[in-house]
Amino acid sequence: MAWKDLLVERRSKETLNALLFFSLALLFVFQFALGPDRERLAAVLPGLLWLGFILSGVLGLGRSFLVERENDCWEGLLLTPGDKSAIYLGKLAGSLALMLVVEALVLALFVLFFNVDLGPALPGLALVIVLGTLGVAAVGTLFAAMTAQVRARELLFPVLLLPVLVPVLLGTVQVTEALLLRESLAGVAHWLKLLVAADVVYLTIGLLTFDVILEG
Amino acid sequence: MVAAESLIRVAGLARVFGAQRVLDGVDLDVAAGEAVALLGPNGAGKTTLLKIVATLLRPTRGRATVAGYDCVREAEAVRALLGVIAHGTHVYEDLTAHENLVFWARLAGRSADRPPLAGALADVDLERHADARVRTFSAGMRRRLALARLGLGQPRVLLLDEPFAGLDQRARKWLEGRLEAFKAGGGALLMATHSFGRELGIADRIAILAGGRVALDTPRAGLGPEDVQRLYVAHTEDGS
Amino acid sequence: MSTALGWLAAVGLAAGLVMGFGVAPREVTQGNVQRIMYLHVPAVWVAYLAFAVGVAGSIAYLAGRRPGADRLAHAACEVGTVFLGVNIATGAIWGKPTWGTWWTWDARLTSVAVVFVMFVAYLLLRQAIEDRERAARYAAVLSIVAALNIPLVHFSVYWWRTLHQPPSLLKPGSSTMPPEIVAALLVNFAALALLGAYFVTRRARLLAAEEEALA
Repeated sequence: MAWKDLLVERRSKETLNALLFFSLALLFVFQFALGPDRERLAAVLPGLLWLGFILSGVLGLGRSFLVERENDCWEGLLLTPGDKSAIYLGKLAGSLALMLVVEALVLALFVLFFNVDLGPALPGLALVIVLGTLGVAAVGTLFAAMTAQVRARELLFPVLLLPVLVPVLLGTVQVTEALLLRESLAGVAHWLKLLVAADVVYLTIGLLTFDVILEG
Repeated sequence: MVAAESLIRVAGLARVFGAQRVLDGVDLDVAAGEAVALLGPNGAGKTTLLKIVATLLRPTRGRATVAGYDCVREAEAVRALLGVIAHGTHVYEDLTAHENLVFWARLAGRSADRPPLAGALADVDLERHADARVRTFSAGMRRRLALARLGLGQPRVLLLDEPFAGLDQRARKWLEGRLEAFKAGGGALLMATHSFGRELGIADRIAILAGGRVALDTPRAGLGPEDVQRLYVAHTEDGS
Repeated sequence: MSTALGWLAAVGLAAGLVMGFGVAPREVTQGNVQRIMYLHVPAVWVAYLAFAVGVAGSIAYLAGRRPGADRLAHAACEVGTVFLGVNIATGAIWGKPTWGTWWTWDARLTSVAVVFVMFVAYLLLRQAIEDRERAARYAAVLSIVAALNIPLVHFSVYWWRTLHQPPSLLKPGSSTMPPEIVAALLVNFAALALLGAYFVTRRARLLAAEEEALA
């Protein structure tokens, strides 16, 4: 499934382009909204970064099953015999890969535009980005499947997803902030544990209940 | 009169959508090696009936079984035996024919090696287009690809929703041939259709769905298109 | 049964009012406004109790697919959301004269607000799906996600606030509360719980009637 999604994406490049330009637009808006005050920017940088990640994540995940809808393949998925969790994992992997690519590019742009020095924070940053994105994608894929056939899905999907993501948002921003301020990770260990716990919870629920969602 | 080996059995099926009673007590049986054509006006519930047998919808009342497996409680077992051709084509536009087959085969847990897939494509006369994107296909070619996909699974029951729609003469003849072969192999076929003409040729019985029920269930042999039309009008006049 | 509950609830509410206004002592600094606590605090307890029932119903539904379980889950989550709304509203009303502000991002308020929005989303999802059976399944999964998310929300919000500022000193009641206050809280809790149960049973019955009308 992941292979198929990535192949389709590579051919059409729709989602990737859309997400990249969306993030770029966000970057500009942030810059204009906050003005040139370097100190103020540095203070809110972690929040802005994750705001950008989550908003583009919501956008991207909302389109998770768009390919299926457009091509009328949703029924095909429903009719597939066997365990549906493979479909969940496949979709998840595909979305995850896409999101990570976009996030890496956005991070690079952030560094450029806001003149941030990442340096030693990079490995820690990579870790928290992966943990956070995994959590977002895990719930997001599940909710995307739920709203795939609903008429008001563009509105309903963010409303469902965003409140659930509050812990992930809080955790990732705290850890990112600590990393950018060059503090040790030990101080934010409890946040990392929270992120891991959240990821485990969301993945487990997704795996267990995806069958139920795809029953029809 | 129920044949001993009814592959599809529908009893007392009812389905409500919101305030609308689309199906209201449908009884129908299709035996192995038999094809039943489902006729009826738009909104009569043909697609709904097919979807329930295909395990895509749950009935509000009644039962549907395929080869003895209940469509609601043993849906997985039913799906393994089913082949469905519906309005949706179940193919991805941006992938090639071959890639589509690989995807669906892997998803169903079957082998995705080149030879069997190439064989399936050859069966439907598409092997020359194996590496062309589906976006470039005509309606007939897409239908053939859908059948190739089905062929991989060796279904025992085919559910078809207007399978001949949009096909040219050559493609129609080809499809008829394939469906006959399927029947000869012991498969059961339930087909929803709007036409009274040639397409009914492969049907052994016709069932007219009106007012949420089977208004008429009769063997097709000996009925020409005008006879069918007459019966259709007679039984759906008061229904719709 | 729901009429019996209704009467019990009425009695309970009366008792609660008596306790809240009569028996409990007048708070020194805040005056009588503080008495709104006897509605505010039990409301959130009842809300979470209702959500627990709702999630239990959801799990039961997924296991056995009995429509009764789903109606219970639906009704319970709805009632829980209402009580949570009451909690937030009374909190704001209480906050204005005492803190000088309608809202503050302290740990408790924030986490309650997030839970509230999650369950409002639950209700929106139910409304958005027309097919009753599919709505039941999806809503059940959503309520499980929401329920398991509640502890995550609480922890994350609490850590978020306590690292940045000291815990709010204006929590209702201090660690050693006079027994009258505790008693008043408990009585009101029981009263609201009964009221909640009454609402849930009436709502579930209404849902069943709606389904019958359509079938």
